[in-house]
Amino acid sequence: MSKQINVALIGNPNTGKTSVFNQLTGLNQKVGNYPGITVEKKEGICKLPRGVKAHILDLPGTYSLNTTSLDESVAVELLLNKNAKDHPDVAIVISDVENLKRNLFLFTQIKDLKIPTILVINMADRMSRKGITLDIDLLEKKLDTKIALVSTRKKVGIDRLKELIADYKNLSVAPNVDTTVIAPEYFKSLRETFPNEDLYKLWLVITQDVNFMPLEKNLVKDSSSFNTKSKSELKRLQQKETIKRYQFINSILKETYKVDINAAKGLKATLDKILTHKIFGYLIFFVILLTIFQAIYDWSSIPMDFIDETFASASEWVKTTLPPGMLTNLIAEGILSGIGGIVIFIPQIAFLFLFISLLEESGYMSRVVFLMDRVMRPFGLSGKSVVPLISGTACAIPAVMATRTIENWKERLITILVTPFTTCSARLPVYLIIIALVIPEGRFFGLGYQALTLMLLYLIGFGAAIISAMVLNKVLTIKTRTFFVMEMPNYKLPLIKNVTYTVWEKTKSFVLGAGKIILAISIILWFLGSNGFTDKYVNAESIVENRIEKEGLSSYNQESIAYNLSIYQESLNDSIAKNVYHLAPEQLIDSTNQLKQTLLDKAKNQEIASYKLENSYIGNMGKAIEPLVKPLGYDWKIGIALITSFAAREVFVSTLATIYSVGSDEEDTIKNRMAAEVNADTKKPLFNLASGISLLLFYAFAMQCMSTLAIVKRETNSWRWPLAQLVFMSLFAYIVALVAYQILK
Amino acid sequence: MGTSIAQLKRGQKGIIKEFADDLLPIKLLELGCLPGNEVELVQVAPLKDPLYINVNGSHIAIRRSMAQMIEIDLIEDIPSV
Repeated sequence: MSKQINVALIGNPNTGKTSVFNQLTGLNQKVGNYPGITVEKKEGICKLPRGVKAHILDLPGTYSLNTTSLDESVAVELLLNKNAKDHPDVAIVISDVENLKRNLFLFTQIKDLKIPTILVINMADRMSRKGITLDIDLLEKKLDTKIALVSTRKKVGIDRLKELIADYKNLSVAPNVDTTVIAPEYFKSLRETFPNEDLYKLWLVITQDVNFMPLEKNLVKDSSSFNTKSKSELKRLQQKETIKRYQFINSILKETYKVDINAAKGLKATLDKILTHKIFGYLIFFVILLTIFQAIYDWSSIPMDFIDETFASASEWVKTTLPPGMLTNLIAEGILSGIGGIVIFIPQIAFLFLFISLLEESGYMSRVVFLMDRVMRPFGLSGKSVVPLISGTACAIPAVMATRTIENWKERLITILVTPFTTCSARLPVYLIIIALVIPEGRFFGLGYQALTLMLLYLIGFGAAIISAMVLNKVLTIKTRTFFVMEMPNYKLPLIKNVTYTVWEKTKSFVLGAGKIILAISIILWFLGSNGFTDKYVNAESIVENRIEKEGLSSYNQESIAYNLSIYQESLNDSIAKNVYHLAPEQLIDSTNQLKQTLLDKAKNQEIASYKLENSYIGNMGKAIEPLVKPLGYDWKIGIALITSFAAREVFVSTLATIYSVGSDEEDTIKNRMAAEVNADTKKPLFNLASGISLLLFYAFAMQCMSTLAIVKRETNSWRWPLAQLVFMSLFAYIVALVAYQILK
Repeated sequence: MGTSIAQLKRGQKGIIKEFADDLLPIKLLELGCLPGNEVELVQVAPLKDPLYINVNGSHIAIRRSMAQMIEIDLIEDIPSV
């Protein structure tokens, strides 16, 4: 057998558990899901002294083994089930030196399960500042365990911890507290009914709120030979157990833990006073939100422009370097434009998660919840819903998963259902490109119209979420007992390592998760757009050439050629007048004619390509839905982009990129190409204020993300809710976009 | 009804007496909200709800409705604020 030890990290939230995990495993970690459920599973490998290796599992944070949420029950189930693959050989309880008393509650519970347990006291660097002194030796003796005093910030104590893990066989497995004294008779009958089971484990199985391990629970229910207790009786016993444990902990800490009260107060109280202030609190929160918008909209545009240009020139390079043909086109127009469409989001996603992880790490997010709880409650949302709703501005998928922290099922369901209304990063590229096309560049009190429009769209998304939450709160008739208990953690300077890991992890999951869909769809689209089955497609060139001979070029092309020529002539004449060139009149005409021929050829090729596209597979699909989208101000090309957006919204841009680059022989940037697009009926630019606003609103409301639907199905365990979302949101989007276009046009 | 946490003023302290046990979540107890422990009202959210309390060294936020179920004995040295 291998010498790999199974280690489980467990601890209260906000104890720096993840920091310890990061220090132990470094980059040897992977994040996945527990099978069948969406609780995040973080595991990694750690090298220990004497050639031993440990498999480290970072369990979801919990205050105790009495679970109230699915997240917590994952931790408990693993500890109770000796047959589980990851059942730990040794458990490490991470505690925070300032909240040792509360942290030890969990420790004693795990110790009583007779699992070898090491206690990590983290944030040791704060001790002197907080006036805390600890007698580690005495504490080890009293708790009957080994203790590692750790500071992840100062990177102290990790080696000792590794030593202790490697040496886990020498740990005592004697329990700390005798639970049976709270109800001797009851435990005696339990003992008689299940002589082979561990009593404390049985007790935990019986008292769980979350119904996990159904088999074992049924076993307990089925045996009629002992008198079962009512729920309230059990609860009273749990209370007794809690008091008993705190008595034990208090008696120990009295001897080992000293704190100088005068040193303890200070920063936290001052910060709390400001950050939860009824005016400054909201003001600061608003400024932070504004900064985030600024970062996504403004700061990230620098790397994005760079990425945009790089991919455009790479595609151009491929076309000029490789021999022309199917494969070259596939690489230049299918694959490269698809990858470009993924990479371009990275700056925005990275920025957003940088901020979110800073807010979480610093402890500020809890203050936001505290400020917002009363505000959110009338809408049927919990203060905790703020976190998913804010995270939803990055991506609805992690946001829907983040609702797990909400204990109340109704509040959680409502949050899940309305979160897709918030403006996720996949909408952003659609918004950005359309705003750039149809909203003028002027400024209003120093703020750009374009930035204001974006801000407005975020507010609309948030408003839609809030209003539908209010409606759902009235409509849904789920009765659940509501309770809200939230820890207000200490403020901490975020650890760069943790923030970096979060940003890296989220970006990676976007590129690998959503990226795959985007790339696949880019290639499929390229194929559908450059192949067709009708005679019209096959004979496109001769048909268009005939038409041009008979009717001339399209009026837009004629005008654009005439305009280009006049500008060219003007500048030439200008140069001649200034004596820059000396040209004979014949030369002037020659050079003008040459340009004219080039422009005519280009226009001809464009018209052939566009005719081909119109008659390709994809053109046929787009035309089929054109009657449906025409009242919204869209043509069949936008129709195609709407269809493909159902896989993921961001595909809209790469779809248009593919569609237009198919129809163009030079790599204009997508935006310029869209600006040149003409409405076939009105002969005016297709993307004008009316159709642009209509598109923006459609994307603001429509449910166009298969991945979100899938995650909602998993989180609600039913197809009912995702289907309701799909139908309701899409219908609503259609109506709003229709009204907007008809009014504005 | 005696005094409850909901009636504390900011900065005021009390000792927890009994509470209506069936309605309070066990989680609250685990965080240290137990009879006999000292509780201080640290901050009240802008719309008078939720309340931010410090009980037994734990800093937690609870809603007013829950706070009303936790009966306390006032500690009568109101800080001069």
